[in-house]
Amino acid sequence: MEHIISVLVENKFGVLSRVAGLFSGRGFNIESLSVAPSLDPSMSMMTIVTRGDDRIIEQIVKHLNKLIDVIKVVDLNESEFVERETALIKIHTKPEDRAEALRIADIFRANVIDSTPTTYTIEVAGDTKKIEGIINLLQPLGIKELVRTGRVAIAREPVRPVAAQPKRVAKE
Amino acid sequence: MKLTGAEIFVECLKREGVKTLFALPGGVVLKIFDVLHQQKDIDVILTRHEQGAGHMAEGYAKATGKPGVALVTSGPGMSNIVTALVDASMDSVPLVCFSGQVSTSLIGNDAFQEADNMGLSRPCTKYNFLVKDVNDLAVTIKEAFYVATTGRPGPVLVDIPKDVSMNKTDFTYPGSVSIRGYNPTYDGNKWQIKQAAEAIAKARKPILYVGGGVVFSGASEELIELAEMMNIPVDMTLMALGAFPGEHPLSMGMMGMHGTYWANMAVHYSDLVIAVGARFDDRVTGKVSEFCPHAKVIHIDIDPTSIRKNVNVDIPIVGDCKRVLRELNQILRATVNGEQKELRKPWLDQIHVWQRAHPLTYEQDSNGPIKPQHVIKRLYELTKDRDPIVSTDVGQHQMWAAQYFKLTKPRRWLTSGGLGTMGFGFPAAMGAQAAFPGRLVLCVAGDGSVQMNTQELATAVVNKLPVKVVIINNRFHGMVRQWQDLFYEGRYASSYLDVVPDFVKLAEAYGAVGLRAAKVSEIDDVIQEALAVDRPVFVDVPVDQYENCYPMIPAGGCNHEMILADPPELKKKQAVGTPVVGEDKDTVLTA
Ligand SMILES: Cc1cc2nc3c(=O)[nH]c(=O)nc-3n(C[C@H](O)[C@H](O)[C@H](O)COP(=O)(O)OP(=O)(O)OC[C@H]3O[C@@H](n4cnc5c(N)ncnc54)[C@H](O)[C@@H]3O)c2cc1C
Ligand SMILES: Cc1ncc(C[n+]2csc(CCOP(=O)(O)OP(=O)(O)O)c2C)c(N)n1
Ligand SMILES: [Mg+2]
Repeated sequence: MEHIISVLVENKFGVLSRVAGLFSGRGFNIESLSVAPSLDPSMSMMTIVTRGDDRIIEQIVKHLNKLIDVIKVVDLNESEFVERETALIKIHTKPEDRAEALRIADIFRANVIDSTPTTYTIEVAGDTKKIEGIINLLQPLGIKELVRTGRVAIAREPVRPVAAQPKRVAKE
Repeated sequence: MKLTGAEIFVECLKREGVKTLFALPGGVVLKIFDVLHQQKDIDVILTRHEQGAGHMAEGYAKATGKPGVALVTSGPGMSNIVTALVDASMDSVPLVCFSGQVSTSLIGNDAFQEADNMGLSRPCTKYNFLVKDVNDLAVTIKEAFYVATTGRPGPVLVDIPKDVSMNKTDFTYPGSVSIRGYNPTYDGNKWQIKQAAEAIAKARKPILYVGGGVVFSGASEELIELAEMMNIPVDMTLMALGAFPGEHPLSMGMMGMHGTYWANMAVHYSDLVIAVGARFDDRVTGKVSEFCPHAKVIHIDIDPTSIRKNVNVDIPIVGDCKRVLRELNQILRATVNGEQKELRKPWLDQIHVWQRAHPLTYEQDSNGPIKPQHVIKRLYELTKDRDPIVSTDVGQHQMWAAQYFKLTKPRRWLTSGGLGTMGFGFPAAMGAQAAFPGRLVLCVAGDGSVQMNTQELATAVVNKLPVKVVIINNRFHGMVRQWQDLFYEGRYASSYLDVVPDFVKLAEAYGAVGLRAAKVSEIDDVIQEALAVDRPVFVDVPVDQYENCYPMIPAGGCNHEMILADPPELKKKQAVGTPVVGEDKDTVLTA
């Protein structure tokens, strides 16, 4: 099963290779990995998308925790989470396709962030389905280049259930 | 006052209580060696190869429980010690290895003798550091010792560029360090421990499966208390030998691929396996899906990744063996009532039946070729009163040593288990001898293995390390030959050594003592003679070349399905004789 694991690490050189080395050395797979500094600039947040049965995911989480530069590991699949990915898509546009390209971008609430007479560069954010959806629609127009950030995810804040009030109370 | 990096290095080692440093110099570490040369607190043992330095540091660490420390130069110095780092990583040996590096301004330029020491050591250390600024040196060294020796022990590398050892700064040594991403768990979960106690009290056929973790945590006393109080037999892994007294009636000896018949039968038929500081290695479990099929499993280990790595566990307890066993014993002490002894009598009776059915055996004909088991048994019997430290190389002789040496205390057994590094034994023995000059240190070596590090004879002679190396000389990579006998129809591809050096002359060439026992009747005298001299000794013992080590569980086999002797068809093959063994090449060996 696919799992999204967020890993808070020390923001210093060599940490990425320790994490990557752990995955390659133990034969775990990485589908995507994204890293950037966290709120506290001395730490970075990594989001790793990986795959494996329960036993493998348990080992991945334990091994990540064992790395000395890793401060915190959360397997997001253990609760609700939201995920996003950004893609930058550069398309060739024949004059007659330009309106169609804009229309597709509009449907996906994507932005055109660069434009030349023969190309558009479109920025789109969303979950994997949405990204793949827009790619599928733009493909016939001619995608020149595609860059995806890989997924990032964050746990949903648990919503405290409002104590249900009985609609009517019958008293004797 | 400002100190150079090199001076800070030496000062830090002193503060860490380092007495012995295994080292070999080179360009980028000359400044450090120069400072070492001008002080007396740290004894620098110059080895003849960096691998030797690494294994000596391992032997030192295994025998003392303190970190072993090595210092090597950049490039080839570093790459030569990698084998020892991998070995220490596999066997959880606390090492702090310092490597020299080219100056910070040259890193990445393919400078002279530059190697990516961080890259080389990353997969084979618990942690590694590159010191880029002399101001970080002291804290880094403190952290290195802290990481190597706490939690699950392991090797740590500190890479020191040349300019860092030359630059100056104010020296202060931190009293303690903490690392936010590193917080080993020592105390076990109380509820889980209670569950374990209940399971133990109820079990009819329990077995303790004891590993190296008991040695590292110094938990032998607690282990003995638990076993005796609850009447539980004790199986040991190769790494645990000595953690429980080998001659104790509850000791089953070694389990696993070459373990005793009864140790393996017991774990297979048990209803409760209590694993303490052991990692369910495939040499122990055999076919994982059929490992202890009838048992509930309790697993106590300080490293969460060891738990449920290979085998499903019913009651996992993350923590230090000593602390967890203490708590466990405390609970059990309050509930024990003698009933358990009765409950387990049929189980122990069954084990005794297994013990009588297939004891460890060999046949020594008094005029025939010397049996390797016999040499090791005599060595054990002639030295056991002196509480020796015993190291081994890797191969058949290692397994026989494990079977016949019944060690009574931990930290007497130095062997390479996880990596199985040939050439480990001799330098490891020297490392232990350096730590304990007055003690008897033995090495049971193989003729193949020992040749991987004989250059250290010079180190032994110069540093007066009087280790006694007994070479079980079958002129074969015997362990390989055994597999070829059993699984490759006796085709001895590259296992026959053809020419082995005259080990007596080899020892003498370095100024050590060389002895040989050529007949059964000479064994005792030669061993006594070796023990009597206060110098390093190589004892060459030519043995029966075709002896195989049993019991044996074929790789991936089940623990209760052991091969107990040479299969009959194999005997026939040997009697016919294989063409590879040139009878006329004996000249070197027969004195
Ligand atoms: C030729 C050859 C044949 C072999 N045959 C056998 C054989 O027949 N039988 C056999 O047993 N082995 C055999 N081995 C060795 C085998 O490969 C493994 O090295 C060995 O079984 C591992 O032992 P262990 O489980 O005790 O683990 P170790 O490697 O000693 O690991 C110790 C475990 O304890 C944990 N630990 C560390 N410190 C603590 C602490 N303070 N508290 C709690 N836990 C702690 C660690 O996390 C780890 O899980 C053989 C090796 C060779 C080279
Ligand atoms: C460095 C290294 N290379 C290869 C091996 C594979 N191997 C395991 S045992 C063995 C033979 C050891 O021969 P020897 O030291 O003579 O011991 P014996 O089995 O004959 O007692 C070999 C080659 C190893 N363990 N280590
Ligand atoms: Mg041999």
